[in-house]
Amino acid sequence: MTEITSRRGLLFGAAAVSAGALLTGCTSNEPTDSNDESAGNDQPVADDKPGKQVTIGFAGPQADHGWLNAINDNAKSRAEKYSDVTLEITEGSNDTAQQIGQIETLINKKVDVLVVLPADGKALTQVGLKAMRAGIPVVNLDRIFNTPQAYRCWIGGDNYGMGLNAGHYIGEKLKGKSGARVIELAGLDNLELTKQRTQGFDDALKNYPNIKKVARQAAEFTVESGQAKMAQLLQAQSKFDALWNHDDDQGVGALRAIEQAGRDDFLMVGGAGALSAFQAIKQDDGVLKATVLYPPTMAASAIDLARALGQSKGIGGLAEFEIPSSLTLYSAVVDKTNVDQYMSTGFK
Amino acid sequence: MTQPVSPPRDSSTDKVPTAESPAWRGLLARADVRTLSLLGVLAALIVIGGITKPDEFLDTRNLQLVLTQASVIGVVTVGMTFVIVSGGIDLSVGAIVALASVWATTVATQEFGFAGILFTAVVVGVGCGLVNGVLIAYGAMVPFIATLAMLASARGLALQITDGKTQIVTVPSVLDLGERDAYVLGIPPLVLVFAVVTVIGWLVLNRTTFGRRTVAVGGNPEAARLAGIDVRRQRLYLYLLSGLCCGIAAFLLIVLSGSGQNTNGNLYELDAIAAAIIGGTLLTGGRGTIVGSVLGVLIFTTITNIFALNNLQSDVQQIAKGAIIVAAVLVQRRTASTT
Repeated sequence: MTEITSRRGLLFGAAAVSAGALLTGCTSNEPTDSNDESAGNDQPVADDKPGKQVTIGFAGPQADHGWLNAINDNAKSRAEKYSDVTLEITEGSNDTAQQIGQIETLINKKVDVLVVLPADGKALTQVGLKAMRAGIPVVNLDRIFNTPQAYRCWIGGDNYGMGLNAGHYIGEKLKGKSGARVIELAGLDNLELTKQRTQGFDDALKNYPNIKKVARQAAEFTVESGQAKMAQLLQAQSKFDALWNHDDDQGVGALRAIEQAGRDDFLMVGGAGALSAFQAIKQDDGVLKATVLYPPTMAASAIDLARALGQSKGIGGLAEFEIPSSLTLYSAVVDKTNVDQYMSTGFK
Repeated sequence: MTQPVSPPRDSSTDKVPTAESPAWRGLLARADVRTLSLLGVLAALIVIGGITKPDEFLDTRNLQLVLTQASVIGVVTVGMTFVIVSGGIDLSVGAIVALASVWATTVATQEFGFAGILFTAVVVGVGCGLVNGVLIAYGAMVPFIATLAMLASARGLALQITDGKTQIVTVPSVLDLGERDAYVLGIPPLVLVFAVVTVIGWLVLNRTTFGRRTVAVGGNPEAARLAGIDVRRQRLYLYLLSGLCCGIAAFLLIVLSGSGQNTNGNLYELDAIAAAIIGGTLLTGGRGTIVGSVLGVLIFTTITNIFALNNLQSDVQQIAKGAIIVAAVLVQRRTASTT
């Protein structure tokens, strides 16, 4: 009896080891033709000439989402571009206490400039203030602090504008169509930015009396939730003319649901600017016709601003001696006509 | 199995004394009164759905949709039911689904095609279950802690593999399985897998020694040990089983969403536990039914479906979901105590 057990154990052990060996070979995600060059490298830089050495501290949230990952990549590759910039990057964290600790470490290291993308803007205001009081200028990236005293410059996307531009694009496409029906697949409803996007979208649609928004469901920025919510929306609305999806990541799931339901009788507009969305728009063989940007290149621009701050310079193209205190980026609509230009900024 | 403490043969279905008319006897003898009350809740939901959205809700495509959406979490819940019946808990199911789904959709794995993806998903699931089981059974760790640790590490590893990126599946045979053309007699393949897992789960829990041992270990581990059951080995097997279910669920999720993402399986642990509890599984172990758990899953999925069809927003959905959990448990308790 014991012999049988041990033989079985041996067999099982051997199977487990070989399965393990097979599997570890499978964690690789490197495509055969790796072309991972990040977007930041492709844009012209205002002033490439090396200047005073600047150490920039960068703290962001955990990159568990395509867009956030692109933020880190953009910041890193932009910093590498400058011989006069040293980037001190922290391990991203979604935990407020941990991110505060990381920023305090950067303050103690006496970096010249801080770039902070807070996991939660309001909760990190104090540490922003602390850095400013210690004489370290802060570039606040995207999620805004409670008070302008906590940053020297804020740069970020325009959530309201994103909805607005999506609404206008759809409005123009459906112009002249009476009784047009539009649906909205929103992002995580717990976030203020989702409400702002929806507000912008609704405000834009008010300009088009022929359009009515007939349904809205919120997904969670994940492929899984995008598939699930879109499948329900498709079942609920047997006929509609256009769909705006807040986020291209969840859009992967939404497109899957659309394909599974065999529907192609409407126009879809995405959000954020993922590479897969750009590719689908370029191919132009599905419902996805456009996407509204929420550009992750803002992290590259934040490095530019931080470098300019560290070298006490203004930025090219503006007459002022200083960099602005606030920069809201434009949410451009990318469709077939201009997708090539944006392809390199698409994130995975 | 003649030990004084070993539970009666059918304790897992919790026999109810039959006081009703003889016509009901046969049915009641077999079906648990809790299960009947769950069916009542489900029927009520179907009536609500049918009244509010007759065209969209009472539709073959909607039935296919609800069952498909229930499949992934349903398979996880079957495994979870076994673990809870044995007096344990598995908090790592969502994280294991995430890890298995991203490991199985890496560029390297996808080169091996359909079989590679399926194999990887299942083996990663079983592997995580093995680690859980060894830590709990032989490392004498509390299940709550061991699986919490697995939750953290598996999510971390999933993030490391994907680097936060969405891994899109390009293997046609995997994608095709989620399409309408793959339906067998109108039944989506995902639903078939869910049904098979449910039937096997029911058979194992109710008709095998393994099932009886599971109930015994959950009811009174010390008595089970005295009765000659290898409690530790039984526990190891149970977490392996839960891991296996997670691996299968991960594969279903890959087919369904056409991708692998480290955010997959978000909060599955809570959904699976909630469905099992609604289904009448005791959180302290020793009692539980597969049928109840599956009904619990179907109730949740139907609620979500009705809300979405009626265009109710997530705030309302969450409030109502909480209320319905409480209501379902209260109704069950009342029916169970009055009969």
